[in-house]
Amino acid sequence: MQAAHETTLGIDHRKLAIWVFLGSEFLFFGAFISTFLLYVDNTPEGLGVELFDIPFTSISSFVLLMSSLTMVLAHSAHVRRDMRRARLWILATALQGAVFIGGQAFEFTTFVREGMGLTTSPFSGAFFVLTGFHGAHVTIGIIMLLSLWKLIGIGRVTPMEDVKTEIVGLYWHFVDIIWIIIFTVVYQIPAG
Amino acid sequence: MATATATSRSILARPTAETGWTSWFTTVDHKKIGIMYAITAFVFFLIGGLEAILVRLQLSEPNATVLTAEQYNQLFTMHGLTMVFLVVMPMGAAFFNYLIPLQIGARDVAFPRLNAFSYWVFLFGGLFLYSSFFLGGAPNGGWFAYAPLSTSMPGNNMAFYSVGLQILGLSSLAASVNFITTILNMRAPGMTFMRMPMFIWMSLIVNFLLLFAMPVIAVALFQLTFDGVFGTSFFNPAAGADPLLWQHLFWIFGHPEVYILILPAMGIVSEILPVFSRKPLFGYAAVAFAGAAIGFIGWGVWAHHMFAAGLGPVARAAFGLSTMFIAVPTGIKIFNWVFTMWGGKLRFTTPMLFAIGFVAMFTIGGLSGVTHSVVPHDAQQTDTYYVVAHFHYVLFGGALFGLMAGTYYWWPKVTGRMLSEKLGKVHFWIWFIGFNLTFGPMHFAGLLGQPRRTYQYGPELGDTVTIWNRIATFGALVIALSVLVFTWNVIKTQRGPKDAPDDPWDARTLEWLTSNPPAHYNFEEIPVVTHRDEFWYRKYAEDAEGRAVPRQAGGSTTEVQGQPPAGGDTGDPDHGDGHEHIHMPNPSYWPLVMTFGLPIAGYAVIYRSLVLAAIGGLLMFFGFYAWIIEPVAEDDAH
Repeated sequence: MQAAHETTLGIDHRKLAIWVFLGSEFLFFGAFISTFLLYVDNTPEGLGVELFDIPFTSISSFVLLMSSLTMVLAHSAHVRRDMRRARLWILATALQGAVFIGGQAFEFTTFVREGMGLTTSPFSGAFFVLTGFHGAHVTIGIIMLLSLWKLIGIGRVTPMEDVKTEIVGLYWHFVDIIWIIIFTVVYQIPAG
Repeated sequence: MATATATSRSILARPTAETGWTSWFTTVDHKKIGIMYAITAFVFFLIGGLEAILVRLQLSEPNATVLTAEQYNQLFTMHGLTMVFLVVMPMGAAFFNYLIPLQIGARDVAFPRLNAFSYWVFLFGGLFLYSSFFLGGAPNGGWFAYAPLSTSMPGNNMAFYSVGLQILGLSSLAASVNFITTILNMRAPGMTFMRMPMFIWMSLIVNFLLLFAMPVIAVALFQLTFDGVFGTSFFNPAAGADPLLWQHLFWIFGHPEVYILILPAMGIVSEILPVFSRKPLFGYAAVAFAGAAIGFIGWGVWAHHMFAAGLGPVARAAFGLSTMFIAVPTGIKIFNWVFTMWGGKLRFTTPMLFAIGFVAMFTIGGLSGVTHSVVPHDAQQTDTYYVVAHFHYVLFGGALFGLMAGTYYWWPKVTGRMLSEKLGKVHFWIWFIGFNLTFGPMHFAGLLGQPRRTYQYGPELGDTVTIWNRIATFGALVIALSVLVFTWNVIKTQRGPKDAPDDPWDARTLEWLTSNPPAHYNFEEIPVVTHRDEFWYRKYAEDAEGRAVPRQAGGSTTEVQGQPPAGGDTGDPDHGDGHEHIHMPNPSYWPLVMTFGLPIAGYAVIYRSLVLAAIGGLLMFFGFYAWIIEPVAEDDAH
């Protein structure tokens, strides 16, 4: 594989590429967060940040952040060629991601029930599209994790290919870091 | 290679054809993909040119009725979109594809299948955009698509804009990740940053600009799609939204985009001028860092597109200043090109003529650009033909001249044939005259008050404006004639024998170390780089006065460097048939299969069809999984 070849920077192509791609992703979320901040008080219907349930979102945020820990443990196990533990931690990471997505689904339905839908105001549109795209990123991450879990299980990803767990991990950590920013800038500061 | 043994692991047998027309659908060879980019972009260039001629015919007289207002709106919008997203950007990608691996001494890009994916997404995105003509009308709100106008127009026209550009953006994003990784990670041993050809420098900067600009336009386009299709109010002032949000997001993308369009041409010209001046590029480091400076400052000038939007005096002053600043690195480059030619042994070949034309015409466009940074002056010019004249001088006089120079220069490398110099010079002069006839008069028509983006202008603007418009329309037809000459040159050349010498221009960079056209593995042995302009250094030594003296005829790489031509890649270079051991990636169906899903998903959004969404999604999902399960090269299997 490519890793066996020498590269100019001494980094695997795929690892370099995922770093480069994540640089792009920061601009993607940056533009959505900027839009949200522009519209944070733009709630003609009166339904805005006061709908946020900070304790509830704190718990789901905590679960997502802890999934970064299990992701690190998964990669560490893969590096040690301990594939049984690697798969276990990968599955644990995916499960925590699923808990987070479940929390987001619950939060969205609650907001809609309380009268704030996608088209209610510039605020609601900016909120749902931003957090929705983040949720989509987490979902893609879960699919990647489950794929990795399966591919390791059938031997398509070998114990030597820890770079594959690493790049999935880099993506996963990015999704977490962006959530730290969203949770702070979108939820806590405006609501507090 | 063990292609036959491993195919059973795929659902479809792995394609193996390296030649024949079917090989083009599955190829992952950067050279073939580069050729496909160029041909596709040329076809779109003809279409975009036809749209321009229709626009010019409509404008040749005051109150003309060649086109209706709606037809005019669709044509001028599609002309802009076509030339920006389907001609100049993919032509840049064509050169990146073909040249980056060859100039850095690599055998392919870092991710060959992702590269094929980028091409197919570009092609399907272009077809998707053009399918709008048959599905109720093409985008008609200008390439800038100012919201809330673009969100309040009836019909699906602007939905095709927002979804079509989204697809095209994905192509650019994938390509940028690929090229950045390739340039950073696949340089031949010894090729440090300061030994890279200038085209590689400019490519690296352009791809970083793409990497950071594409997500911003993606966000703006998602918001536009949500407003237009799903009823959100990102851009709806009636709901309290800010009507300037779109303009900000669009131009934060749009101004770096300008440099995305021009920097590849600057890189090409920086390769051509030294070759035909028989001198190294003057101020190599200055040119490289000026390019990087443009890449940085390019992010801080966007609001000069919005001086008339009421941003307030502080913002106008700040963006006026930053716009003046960005002229400095651009000026540095122009001086360096001039000093490269200064005192050189100039050869006025066709590529050289286009390159000099680039420097001259781009300087005019750059200077009219500086006039926009003067805010009160801009307030007079904005929305007039003066602006149209300006950006055609940088994008046609700049980008297209440079890309045409590169086309003539690398034609023998790509095809093994030399384009006719005689026809090439005829092409250049007709093109040069036609260009100036078309866009020169627009400066004056604009300063006399002719507004842009309107399908008619009144006779009350005066006879002078009418005369300038007639000249411009005539000039457009002259450009069309020059394109016919070029097309004839291509047809005539391609019918002739493959008789180009391996180094027809006495060139300086690594790509000319390979045969014309190169073998699919590019280099039998990965070259070891010891100097900037490595190929020139291998051919010429310097005497005491710094003049180039040919090294011994037939002197091989080994003798010049006094060290074995070590392969950083193969490990065991077998001189006679070394390519037997070269691992090249195998062709693949999956990039194409995956891409099929994208336009289907695009139609699903526009027509809000869950069935289409499911089909498109499944195709992408299936293509993606088949892709990741399939190894890059069959003999890589563990």
